[in-house]
Amino acid sequence: MTLRRLLFLLPSAVFAGLLGYFVVALLNAEKRGPSELPSAMLDQPAPDFALKGLGDKPGFARGDLSGQVVLVNFFASWCLPCRAEHPLLTRLAATAGVPLYGIDYKDKPADAERFLGQYGSPFRAVGVDPEGRLGIDFGITGVPETFLIDKSGKIRFHRAQPLTPEAIDKEILPLVQALQKS
Amino acid sequence: MRVLLGLLMAAWTTAAALAVEPGERLDDPALEARARAISAELRCLVCQNQSLDDSSAELAHDLRMLIRERLKAGDSNEQVRQFLVRRYGDFILLKPPLQPDTYLLWFGPPALLLLGAAGVALYLRRRNRIAEGVPAPLTPEERRKLAKLLREDR
Repeated sequence: MTLRRLLFLLPSAVFAGLLGYFVVALLNAEKRGPSELPSAMLDQPAPDFALKGLGDKPGFARGDLSGQVVLVNFFASWCLPCRAEHPLLTRLAATAGVPLYGIDYKDKPADAERFLGQYGSPFRAVGVDPEGRLGIDFGITGVPETFLIDKSGKIRFHRAQPLTPEAIDKEILPLVQALQKS
Repeated sequence: MRVLLGLLMAAWTTAAALAVEPGERLDDPALEARARAISAELRCLVCQNQSLDDSSAELAHDLRMLIRERLKAGDSNEQVRQFLVRRYGDFILLKPPLQPDTYLLWFGPPALLLLGAAGVALYLRRRNRIAEGVPAPLTPEERRKLAKLLREDR
């Protein structure tokens, strides 16, 4: 008899379980944005590349990054969120002790030079990705996106949104410090 | 208002018409058909509920070109898909792959259906038995009472 009574409770229990799962998933989605996805490139080696620079300045290649912890930022002069993000990159470059490399995504070199001339360049070097091919190899869906690459060349952090002071202080800087020690 | 609506409609129809641009098409119709089939099954990561084939986002255009380039270079359909999954994850596949972490997704609904069907079948069988009026067997107590009554009758 008790077993049968328990059986009657089963649908309610399944429903309550599902409800709990949905509530937790919804609240988590709220925290990281509903369309935000885990990056497939996380903990994978960064793709290989050799990029030309802007104008007559030198670009950079993947080999230039090896042996150090670096931040790689995809940006474009036509991208408004990149402009909004720019002061944070400048602050980061000045204070964080981690070199910043910029990749100019699907942009006209002259526009990018004007953009960086106007706001100042926080980057140690800038490479151009005029066709957006390297962007696809990094798995980006737009600009700006930021990657943290460790000494062995593995991607350890990927943010598919503009940086925020919170993301820098709570996620990027602690990770940079930990990776620089290792 | 009407002008605005007209403009919106025009914008919408051109956007849809532009999805696969004429310039993107390959000369080889067989390769082009494969490219279309692949891009119809892949998600545009900018407008996430559209396929690459339908989307007019710039990234979708770039990925369509990339698919065609890989096909021309001799990749199989599966190789092209894997190329993109490595960069964008399983999320780019509109049809989720069958693997341990998606078993619940694939088998959950049929399992629930079977469970429900079993419940309904059990319930109906019991209800029919009651409706048919098949009497329950006598308990020992009832049997004793019946024997007593029969003895009194004699």
